Amino acid sequence: MSVLAARPGRGRARISKAAWSALAWAIAIVFFFPVLWMALEGLKTEVQAASIPPTIFFTPTLTALQEVLSRDFPPYLINSASATIGSTLLVLLLGLPAAYALSIRPVKRTRDVLFFLISTRFLPFAASLVPLYILARDLHLLDNILVLVIIYTTINLPLGIWLLRSFMLELPHELIEAARVDGASMRHELINIVLPLIMPGIAATSLICLIFSWNEFFYAVNFTTTIAATSPIFLVGFISGRGLFYAKLAAAATLASLPVLLAGWIAQKQLIRGLTMGAVK
Amino acid sequence: MASVTVQPSIPTALGDGGGRARSVASAARLQGWLRRLPVLPALVYVILVTQVPFLLTIFYSLQNWNLLSVAPARFIGLQNYLDVLNDATIRIAIWNTIVLTVCAVAISVALGIGIAVLLNREIFGKGILRTLMIGPFLVMPTAAALMWKDTLLNPLTGFVNYLLTPIGLGTFDFINRFPMASIVGIEVWRWTPFMMLIVLAGLQSQNQEVLEAARVDGARALQMFRYITLPFIRPFIELGALLGSLFIVQSFDTIFMTTQGGPGQATTNLPFKLYLEAFQAFDIGKASAIGVLAVILTMIVATFALRTLFTIFQVETRR
Repeated sequence: MSVLAARPGRGRARISKAAWSALAWAIAIVFFFPVLWMALEGLKTEVQAASIPPTIFFTPTLTALQEVLSRDFPPYLINSASATIGSTLLVLLLGLPAAYALSIRPVKRTRDVLFFLISTRFLPFAASLVPLYILARDLHLLDNILVLVIIYTTINLPLGIWLLRSFMLELPHELIEAARVDGASMRHELINIVLPLIMPGIAATSLICLIFSWNEFFYAVNFTTTIAATSPIFLVGFISGRGLFYAKLAAAATLASLPVLLAGWIAQKQLIRGLTMGAVK
Repeated sequence: MASVTVQPSIPTALGDGGGRARSVASAARLQGWLRRLPVLPALVYVILVTQVPFLLTIFYSLQNWNLLSVAPARFIGLQNYLDVLNDATIRIAIWNTIVLTVCAVAISVALGIGIAVLLNREIFGKGILRTLMIGPFLVMPTAAALMWKDTLLNPLTGFVNYLLTPIGLGTFDFINRFPMASIVGIEVWRWTPFMMLIVLAGLQSQNQEVLEAARVDGARALQMFRYITLPFIRPFIELGALLGSLFIVQSFDTIFMTTQGGPGQATTNLPFKLYLEAFQAFDIGKASAIGVLAVILTMIVATFALRTLFTIFQVETRR
């Protein structure tokens, strides 16, 4: 109390900073705990992972991780990677020219095109699910990575175009004018001038594509069975898995979550912008 | 730009005769198509994969067609819609969708605002806190759902149950006793970080001088939040809420992994019902009718979402 009386302002400020910090840390730990618990369970033995009460202090072991990786999980991870990389490349290939024609050299009715594109993103999957399934079946594309690439591209393309466009709108106008005076063609302008300058935009777009394709479950579970099944499908095998498989489940869950977790953490700045299609910076 | 340079030449072209006018006009048209060319592949792609199938969905919804039956598809008019609207299980699914979406969005927005305000204060380790907070949003939803079911809320071995043992909930089966609340809880856990990120971005873009001036004028913290900060971050909150609703309306992963729509029908939402009709019952006609209804429901939400997006973008360009 005497300290407070001597320096009322600063002392109180410091105490309040400590109090607010403590509260913030407590909340963050509550939210993060399930993620941490998932990783910890994956480092336990099956007996420890299913013990009553839960094992809190233990010597970590990589047994569960090794077992999951040496068994049948890798093909699922590879399928996830193929679907994600394939659709991300396709989004960039289709999205970059489109974003360019909707920002730097805007076509007529740009607003309508943008409005239309984003409305397709929020069309529920119910709208096109059944015909896509019938079509995939008739073209023998069920359980084929290609069908996931096609669908994930559709999911991410509208977001990608909006996002890339928001980055292109920020480019200094003088730069493009100068290139145009020099007689740069549209293709030259896009590839040699715009592209190098919007690398952060490409990173943000790739991140969003990664999050939505890698974690996608609905189409994966309905359009693939074994050959093209992605990593969330591997986890389905644990649903009915009664018995002592929690460590393996947690190890697989951790491995499956890791790429998006790491990418999202590294690119936190791009995350908000990407998730809001460039609306929030 | 192109039209401005072409226009003045038209009167002279008219004087010289029709031939040149036509070539100028066609050159302008060619120019127009060249400008449009970059956007066409993306547009055609999106139309082919979303709009054409949607038309087919409407077409299928008018047919009696089950993939499990050998009978060929037969046109039955609006019968599927009558069946769907008279089906009590679908009314339950619609109701569950609304409950889940409204609760999850409302709670995660409220928590998101609170945590964003907290992280916007002078506190220790802001960067790490934000990093920890976005964890739930980035974890694979199917993985998170299984972890919640098997290792956190498990009545035998769950960690949450363990923590609640002192108050007698050590063996309480949350997911079976309160299925909808459990699903809402998991979705809130996942979407609060998303809301927090958007609101925090809003708070950080706020002009500090305005707040400082208000403080000098003797405004109290709560007053400042209510009358200065809240109006300022309102568009951010709206954007978060609307994007969140569009995603949560479609939630499927958590339900599939934890409750499979049960017990009974307690957690069957519209996407899960659609999954049951299309991929368990293989009733193409009925599933398509549900699809069309889902589109109508979503369109109502989406209209608001898009309007908000556009207001925000207009503010951006005005700046």
